[in-house]
Amino acid sequence: MGSLMEYTTQELAKAYRLMKTIREFEERMRSEYQQGKLPGFIHIYRNQEAIAVGACLDMNNGDYIASTHRGHGHCIAKGCDIDGMMLELACKQEGFCNGKGGSMHIADMSKGMLGANAIVGGGPPIAAGAALSAKTLKNKGVSMAFIGDGASDQGTVAESLNLAVVLELPMIFMYENNFYAEFTRNPKPEGRIAERAGAFGMPSIVVDGSDFFAVHAACRDAIERGRSGGGPTAIEAVSARYYGHYEGDAQAYRDTDEMHRQRKDGDPIVKFLADPRASALDAETVAQIDADIMSGLDRAVERALAADDPTPDKLYTDVYINYEGEMR
Amino acid sequence: MRMSIREAINQTLHEEMARDERVVVMGEDVASAQGGVYGITEGLPDRFGLARVIDTPITESAIIGAAGGAALTGLRPVAELMFVDFLGVCLDQILNQIAKFRYMFGGQARTPIVIRTMIGAGGGTGPQHSQILYPLLAAIPGLKVVVPSNAADAKGLLAEAIRQDDPVVFCEHKALYMDECEVPEGEFLIPFGQARTIVEGSDITVVAISRMAIIATQAAQELAREGIKVEVIDPRTLSPLDDGAILRSLAKTGRLVVVDEANPICSMASEIAAIVVERGFDYLDAPVRRVTAPHTPVPATPCLEALYVPTVAQVVQAIKATLDY
Repeated sequence: MGSLMEYTTQELAKAYRLMKTIREFEERMRSEYQQGKLPGFIHIYRNQEAIAVGACLDMNNGDYIASTHRGHGHCIAKGCDIDGMMLELACKQEGFCNGKGGSMHIADMSKGMLGANAIVGGGPPIAAGAALSAKTLKNKGVSMAFIGDGASDQGTVAESLNLAVVLELPMIFMYENNFYAEFTRNPKPEGRIAERAGAFGMPSIVVDGSDFFAVHAACRDAIERGRSGGGPTAIEAVSARYYGHYEGDAQAYRDTDEMHRQRKDGDPIVKFLADPRASALDAETVAQIDADIMSGLDRAVERALAADDPTPDKLYTDVYINYEGEMR
Repeated sequence: MRMSIREAINQTLHEEMARDERVVVMGEDVASAQGGVYGITEGLPDRFGLARVIDTPITESAIIGAAGGAALTGLRPVAELMFVDFLGVCLDQILNQIAKFRYMFGGQARTPIVIRTMIGAGGGTGPQHSQILYPLLAAIPGLKVVVPSNAADAKGLLAEAIRQDDPVVFCEHKALYMDECEVPEGEFLIPFGQARTIVEGSDITVVAISRMAIIATQAAQELAREGIKVEVIDPRTLSPLDDGAILRSLAKTGRLVVVDEANPICSMASEIAAIVVERGFDYLDAPVRRVTAPHTPVPATPCLEALYVPTVAQVVQAIKATLDY
C-alpha cells in the first residue's frame, strides 16, 4: 500500500509536472476565457488535480478513460498534448476534434481518452464498453470512468456498476467527490458513494483526493486487479473543488469561511511538495519544471489563438450523410 | 433459399460472427436457450461462446452505452434493444453519445454498432411494446435507420449494417418475422440509401415503409384488377433516404401516397411529403396524401389495434382519392 510504496525521482517529477500542468493550464484558460477568447462553458478542476494524476499514472495508451464535463485534468493526466487541447478549447481546426467538441466534448482516441462528456453520468456506460472490449480482446487493458458526486446519483452509474460486476469487467469507477452537484451541496456523508458502489459487489475504498499518494496507491491496486481479471473497483476520492461549477459561477451557495479553509487545506500540489515521500524532488527541479510548463503554455496559447477556424464546409464533414445543398 | 425474416437475421448473425471475430452480440436474453423472445439469436452461444454472445441484465442504458464504448475501442457490437419502445430508457446513450462520437470528436472516432430492435403493432402488445418510433431515430444526425420488409432485404441490410463504421438502428417489424421469401445464399450486401421498387406502375406512386410495404403491395394487387397501375416503393433505409428514387417515380406518375405505421406528426410520411413538395412540386398532379396510424398511443385491445394500423382498404381508398383529384 501507499506507505510502503517508494517513488523514484523520475516518477515524482512526472506526477508533479502533470499536476502543475493541469493547474497552470486551467489558470491560463480562465484568464483567456474571462477575456472572451474561448467559447462555451468551461469547468475548472483546481484542487482535484491529484485525482486525475494519481488515477492515470499507471495507465498507458491501451487503457481507457471516460471523462466528465470537468475533464481538462483527465486529458492532461492521460497524456493528451497541451497544444491540441488548447486548440480544441479555442475551437480551432487543428484541435483534437477540429473545434467541433470544445472543452466539454474533447477527446483523444490515440491516448485512450474517450471523451469529456457534457451529460452528467453519460460516461460510465461507455467506459464499461471499453472494459468489455479489453476483456473480450484479452489485451490486458483497463477502463476508468470519472464520476462526480452529482453523477453518482444517475441511473446510468448504477447500471454500469451492476454491469461491471455481472460481466466481471476490468473497470475502475473513479468517483470525484468535490462536495457540490452543480450549485447544490451533496447531502451524502463522505464515503457513502463508495459504500453504495460496494453494495453492488466490488471492492470500494475512500481516499483523500488531495493526497496524490493515497489516490495513486488505491488506483495502482485497482488497475492491477482489473488487469489480472479481478473485476471492477470503486474509489471515492474526496476533495472540494476550488472554484465554482463553471467559470463565472458566483458560488452564493457556498459558505465563504469553509470555502477558504477548503481552498487552503485541500491544495494537492502544496501537500505533495510537503510530503516526505516527495522529498527527493529538489527545489531546483521543481523550478525547472515550472519554467518549462509556463513557456509551453505561452507557446500553446499563442498558437491556439492565432490558428485558423474551421472553414464553413467543415459543418458537413464527419457525419455519415451530407445533405448539403439539398436540405438548405 | 426460401426462409423467413427471423431465419434470415439469425443466419446473417451466424455468418457475420464467423467472418469477423470482432462482432459480438449483446443484450437481454440473447444467450438464452431459446435465443431471445423470437429465437433470433438461436445457436449463437453454442457456436461462438459466451464471451461473444453476451447476456446482460435488464439495463438498456448500460447495454447501449457499453456497446457504444466497445465500438469505440475495437469491437463491432450488435446490441439488442428488445423493443424499440425501450428507447425511452436509453435515449441519451443513442442521442447524445453514440450518434455524435464521430462528429463531435472531429472524425477520430468510428462507432461500428448495430442496434437491433423490434417495432410495430400487431398481437395486442399495447402502448409500450408496439410503437414504430423510427421517425424519432431518423431525426438524429449521425444515426442510420434501416427498415427491412422481407427476408432478403433483412439479410443484405443487416450484413451491410454490421460492416459499416457508423451506428445503425435495425428495425425489425415483429409482425413480419415469419414472412418468407427467396434469400440469396452466401455473401449478400445491400447498400444503404437504395430503395426497392416492389411493384412497377405508371398511374401513382406509393411509398410504404416496413410492414406497410406488404400492405401497399396488397393494395396494388387489388387495384391492378381494376386496371390501376400502382408503383410501390420500399425505401428500405430511412436514413439515408433514397429521395431520388421517390422523385423519379413521381416524375413518371405525378401522384403520391405515403404509407407509414408511425404516428402522423413528424413522421417519415411527413418528411417524404415535405421533400416532394419542396423538390418535386412540378411533378405533382394531386396533393400528396399520407396514410398513417392516428395520433394516439397503440391500444392493446385487438378491436382498436386493428383500427390503429393502416389497412389495405385505407390504402386503396387513399390511392383512389388521389387519382380522382
